[in-house]
Amino acid sequence: MSLLQISEPGESPEPHQRRLAVGIDLGTTHSLVATVRSSSAECLPDAEGRVLLPSIVHYGAGGEAEVGYGAQARAADDPANTVVSVKRFMGRGVADVAKYGALPYRFVDAPGMVAIETAAGLRSPVQVSADILKALRVRAEESLGGELHGAVVTVPAYFDDSQRQATKDAARLAGLNVLRLLNEPTAAAIAYGLDNASEGTFAIFDLGGGTFDISILRLTRGVFEVLATNGDSALGGDDFDQAIAMHWRVTHGLADASGRDTRRLLAAARQVKERLTTQESADAQVTLTWGQQLHLGLTRREFVEISAPLVQRTLGPTRKALRDAKLAVSQVDGVVLVGGATRMPHLQRAVAQFFGREPLVNLDPEQVVALGAAIQANALAGNRAPGDDWLLLDVIPLSLGLETMGGLVEKVIPRNSTIPVARAQEFTTFKDGQTAMAIHVVQGERELVSDCRSLARFELRGIPPMVAGAARIAVTFQVDADGLLSVSAREKTTGVASSVVVKPSYGLTDDEVATMLRAGFEHAQADRDARALAEQRVEAEGLAAALRAALEQDGDLLSGEERAALEAGIASLDAARRGTDHRGLKAAVESLNRASESFAARRMDRSVSRALAGRRLDEVPTK
Amino acid sequence: MTPEFSRNHFELLGLPVSYALDAAALERAYRDLQGRVHPDRFASASEAERRVAMQWAARANEAYRTLRNPVDRARYLLGLKGFDTGEESNTAMPPDFLLQQMEWREAVAQGRADRDEAALEGLRREIHAERGEMQSLLARALGGERNYDAGCSLVRKLRFLDKIEAEIDDALEAMAEGAHGHAMVKGRS
Repeated sequence: MSLLQISEPGESPEPHQRRLAVGIDLGTTHSLVATVRSSSAECLPDAEGRVLLPSIVHYGAGGEAEVGYGAQARAADDPANTVVSVKRFMGRGVADVAKYGALPYRFVDAPGMVAIETAAGLRSPVQVSADILKALRVRAEESLGGELHGAVVTVPAYFDDSQRQATKDAARLAGLNVLRLLNEPTAAAIAYGLDNASEGTFAIFDLGGGTFDISILRLTRGVFEVLATNGDSALGGDDFDQAIAMHWRVTHGLADASGRDTRRLLAAARQVKERLTTQESADAQVTLTWGQQLHLGLTRREFVEISAPLVQRTLGPTRKALRDAKLAVSQVDGVVLVGGATRMPHLQRAVAQFFGREPLVNLDPEQVVALGAAIQANALAGNRAPGDDWLLLDVIPLSLGLETMGGLVEKVIPRNSTIPVARAQEFTTFKDGQTAMAIHVVQGERELVSDCRSLARFELRGIPPMVAGAARIAVTFQVDADGLLSVSAREKTTGVASSVVVKPSYGLTDDEVATMLRAGFEHAQADRDARALAEQRVEAEGLAAALRAALEQDGDLLSGEERAALEAGIASLDAARRGTDHRGLKAAVESLNRASESFAARRMDRSVSRALAGRRLDEVPTK
Repeated sequence: MTPEFSRNHFELLGLPVSYALDAAALERAYRDLQGRVHPDRFASASEAERRVAMQWAARANEAYRTLRNPVDRARYLLGLKGFDTGEESNTAMPPDFLLQQMEWREAVAQGRADRDEAALEGLRREIHAERGEMQSLLARALGGERNYDAGCSLVRKLRFLDKIEAEIDDALEAMAEGAHGHAMVKGRS
C-alpha cells in the first residue's frame, strides 16, 4: 500500500496488485498514450497498429464526435466542424486566438476562453480535448484489459496556470484520474535519462505542433532537477505550415481564400514541409473550392528563407533559459530534440550551431514525451521496481504575482521556482477604515498588470476598520506539484481569512464536471451509479487499508481518544463500503481524510526526524 | 491543517546553524529530504497525506533555496539572531559605497547607450570580484567575529550588487536580441 512506501521506497507491489497507469501526450497535432509493461515503456497502438492519434475532432449534426484519422479526413471538406490543433485554444480568449491568423472556425467569446460553434453545438476547447483524451483512455483500457488507475498527462513547460487548469479539467472530463500534470520536456528527459543512465546538464529543445519549450535539466544520481525553463506557448510546427501557406497566398494571389481553401492550403503546406525533410524540393496539387487547380511548389532554400524568423524565435527563449540557469552554452553536456517539428533539417542546424554540438535524436522525437509520462505514471501509481528510486524536481515557468497600486505587479513567486512552493507576502490597507481588499492574481514577467495574464480576482472582506497601513494582510500563494496555484489571504491581527483555488473564469467546478459527465450519452444512469460506486469502493478500501497500516506502524503518535476516533471512522467507512450509496460513501471517505490529517502530519514529522537522526549517526567519523 | 514547523531551515536539513556551509552536504540533505516528503512519493496515498507531502516539500524547497544563496542565507541567519537587515527601510550606506554605486550605474547606462558588450562584460567581472570580496567579509562577520551589524550592512551592499548585475544582464540580453535581429518579427500576418 502507498503508506508503506514511506518506510520502504522502491518496494514494488505484487504483480496482481499492479495498477494500470498510462502516460498521455496531448499534443497539438498528434496525441499518444503509453504504458510500462514488463519494465519498459511502450506506446499503445490503435487497431490498425498506429500509435499516433491525430488531435482532430469532427463534430456531426447528430452530436457525435469522431476523433483521429476519421476526423482528419473531414478537415478539408468540413473545416468549420473539424477542430484541428485545439491545444492552441486551451485557456485562451478571443484576442489570443485572433493572433493565429485565418482559421476556419466560428469562435464564440465565452468568459475566459473561446468556444467553437459546431454542428453538434457549442464546444469549448476543454470539451474537444476531453474527446481526444477519451479516445486514448478507451484505447488504453481495451489494450490493457481493465480500468485505468490513473494517468500522467503532459503539458508544455511554458503553459501558464489557465492552460494547465484547462488541461486538467479536460482529463477529468474524459474520466481520467490525473496522477500528475507533467511538463513535456521533463517527460522527455525522464525517457532519455533512464534509458541511457545519463548524468550531467541537458537542454531539452521541444518544438511541437503548436508550442515551443526549452528546459535546462541537471541529472545526478537519480534526481532530475529542472534548473530553468522558457518557451513560447504559441510557436510550433503549425506556424511553419502557416508560413508556407502564406507564401503561396502571396505568390498565387489568394488573399481571400475561404475557410475550406485555407484548410486545403495548410494540408498541402504540411505535406510539402514534411517532404522537404529529405528532399531538396517538393510540390503539391490543390483544387480550390471554385474548381481552380493549383500547382504549388517550394524548394528547401525558399523554405529556409521564409521560416527563418520562426527559427530565430526559438533562440531568444533558449538564451533566457540558460541565463536563468546561470549557465554558459559550453556547460551544457547534451542537447535533446523533442517534437515532430525538430525533424526539419534547418532547425536542427540552427540548434547545433547555437549549442556548438550535434543534438541527440536517438529516441523518436514524437514518442519520447509519452514514454517519459508512462514511466512517471508507473512510479506514481506505486508500481516502482526495487531500486527504481528516482526523483523529479520541476519548476514553474512564469512568475506569479499580485496587482498593487497603480496597476503594477508585485511578484510573489519568481519564475523557475522549484515546485511545490508556498510563499506569503504581506500587504496593508491604504485608506482609513478600509474593510475589504481586492486581490488580483496575475502571471507573467512584465511590470504592468495589463501586460500579464489575469488568473483570478477575489476579495478579502470583514477587515475590521483601522487606520490606513495598520492592517497586516498576508497573501499566501501555493503551487502544487502539477504547477497549479491556489491563493489565500488572511488579516493577521484579527484572523479574518479568505481563500480561492485559482480557477480561470471558465474553470470547471466539480459539480460542473459531474453535470457534463452526466450529459454524456455513454452510459445509462444505472451504469454511471455503478461505476461511481465501484470507484468510491476502491478509494475507500485503499484509505482504510492505508490507515490500518499507519495505525499499526505509528499508532503511538495518537492519544487513546484520537486512536479510537480514527478506528471508529474506519469502521463506519467499512459499513458505508458494504452499502450501495456512492454519495454517502464519498462523504465517509472525505470525512475520514479530514480526521486523519493531523495523524498524517505527525507521521511525516516522525519520518523526517528519524531520517535526520539516522544521518547524524552516519556522519560520525568511524575512525 | 498546517503541519507544525518548529525547525528552522538548518535544522530541517540536519545542518549546523552557521553561515559556513558545505554545499555538497546541503545538496545531499535536501535530496534526502525531498526523497522522503515529495508529493510524487504519495501520489496514490490519501488526500490528507498528499496535502501534508505538498506542504513539506514546499518547506524543503524554501529551506534549500534560502541556504543555497549566500546572501539569502546570511539574511536568514541574521534573522534567527534577531537582526533585521532592513533592506526595504534602511538605505543608509557609507558615502564611499554610494559613490561607487553611482559610478557603476553610470557605466551600465553608458555601456547600454554605446551597445558596448565588452565594457558591460568587464563591469560584470568587476562586480563579480567585488561580490567575492564582500562574501568573504560576510563569512568573517557572521563566523568568528560575530559582528552582526557589519553582517547587516554587507547584506545590504550585496543586494545592491545583485540589482546592478541584473541590470547588466538585461542590457546584454537586449543587445543579444537586437543582434539576432528581427527575432521578434512575426512569422505570420
